[in-house]
Amino acid sequence: MLHITSGRAVLTVDSLQVTYGGAVEAVRGVSMEVPDGAVVAVLGSNGAGKSTLLRTISGTLRLHRGRVDAGTVRLGDVDLTRRDPGQIVRAGVVQVPEGRRIFGRLTVEENLRAGGMGNRDRGAKAQAVARVHDLFPVLRERSAQRAGLLSGGEQQMLAIGRALMASPRLLLLDEPSLGLAPRIIGQIGEVIAEINRQGTSVLLVEQNATMALGVADRAYVLDVGKVSLSGDARELAQTDEVQRLYLGHTGDAPEERTDRAPLRTLSRWSA
Amino acid sequence: MTQFLSLLLNGISLGAIYALIALGFVIIFKASEVVSFTHGSLLLLGAYTIARLSDTIGFLPAVLVGVLVTAVAALLVERFIINRLRGAPVISLAIVTIGVDIILLTELIRQIGPDILNVPHPWGGDSVRIGGVGISENRLIAMGVAAVLIIAFFVAFKYSSWGVAMRASAEDGEAAALMGIRQGRVSALAWVVAGLLAAVAALFLVGAPTPGVSAAAYTVALRAFPAAILGGLDSTGGALVGGLLIGITEAMAAGYQEQLSFLGRGFGEVAPYVVMIIVLLVRPSGLFGTKELTRV
Repeated sequence: MLHITSGRAVLTVDSLQVTYGGAVEAVRGVSMEVPDGAVVAVLGSNGAGKSTLLRTISGTLRLHRGRVDAGTVRLGDVDLTRRDPGQIVRAGVVQVPEGRRIFGRLTVEENLRAGGMGNRDRGAKAQAVARVHDLFPVLRERSAQRAGLLSGGEQQMLAIGRALMASPRLLLLDEPSLGLAPRIIGQIGEVIAEINRQGTSVLLVEQNATMALGVADRAYVLDVGKVSLSGDARELAQTDEVQRLYLGHTGDAPEERTDRAPLRTLSRWSA
Repeated sequence: MTQFLSLLLNGISLGAIYALIALGFVIIFKASEVVSFTHGSLLLLGAYTIARLSDTIGFLPAVLVGVLVTAVAALLVERFIINRLRGAPVISLAIVTIGVDIILLTELIRQIGPDILNVPHPWGGDSVRIGGVGISENRLIAMGVAAVLIIAFFVAFKYSSWGVAMRASAEDGEAAALMGIRQGRVSALAWVVAGLLAAVAALFLVGAPTPGVSAAAYTVALRAFPAAILGGLDSTGGALVGGLLIGITEAMAAGYQEQLSFLGRGFGEVAPYVVMIIVLLVRPSGLFGTKELTRV
């Protein structure tokens, strides 16, 4: 059972169908919900449609020549389907893109400023800066440094901090663990949990199922554009399919969770 | 020595004007990913408007209207053409801007006719001498105004929200969009600023020692292209340095014509392009242009 059952959904995706170039079906009838105040994980291998899902929610599909053929994305009661990215940010949904995509030639401070562009309220912006510096003290220390000079982990923190500058209701994270050392991945997991404790709902797309299922309340497994499994994160972690495909355990002989299985590694780098 | 200093000063003043044009060229490239060939005719539009209106409404109002008209024309090109073609290949966009340029230029030339329209600059065609070095008042004022505008531009580019938004979306358009930065707005504003700068440049380009507004002003404006390109198409600092370099080169090549006579007459006019080609052969992305920066 979900331990957050009270709230309404902050995000509702209903029967979503997305194609690229009018031909390639990337998402084929996906429905899912992020309950208010929850962390929801979306697992799946390359090409499962995870990034397409996030692009659709954030309104950047058009930049990739993609199109919503059917279905809706709603934030509370507000229809976000086919809105432009600026409107979606202002509505309260902000994405931390895959590969961090920080502005390397800008300073750390300017990156945060860029993140706050969708936030008109000066007071809210000042609060957001304080929150970000609180979560990531290193960003305060490196304020005047060019962001491109930060380490990978610091860049990921900057990417998350930059997104928080818009004071989102719902934070979307696309593979925040990508390319980071296991110790840093652990920290990212803790940061996500803390951000959620502060009241921001989170939709976390990951291939690193160990981290994702560790922080999530609920999870969905995407497979070739469809939801193949969904449910409580802890229960899902126990199912044979998730154990075998994403946690690297063989179905009949469970191993230690800390084991870094070749299968997961393989799917990680096969792109 | 006096001749050298005089040529240097005149070159710098000419270069400052080129730098204004080149800056606009560069920010359009950064904001809209378009190499805008409409710049020459926009500049001529500014000069033409100022010249036409000066007699009826007076010099200063004419300048204001001219600057405004040019900025609005640039904005219209962005809104009705460039913005609608976003995502089109860079080369198609460049060709589209050439098309717009030809249409606008043809109409302007028809309006101007064979005449040379006079712009009644209040400072006239007088020259001043600074320690034996002569320069026209027009060029001297141009240098001052250009310096103020360029400094204002760099301050805004560095510190204003528009500057941050512009640099962010130039570096990674999709990431900037994800932050809620409206690229359309950033791009529109870049065209407006470029239009303003071009019109101010036009005001001084058609003053002494140039006789006035004729179709030839267009070719003069074209020399800002090598300035932008040799500085590095995506570098605002490069536009400044490139502009000065081209201005000085041109003044020197024209001034030392006798000594350079083995290259033929009028070498001053081609010298900017020769410099551009040499710089690009050594540094293909210009003096300050970024080769694709890669980060871990």
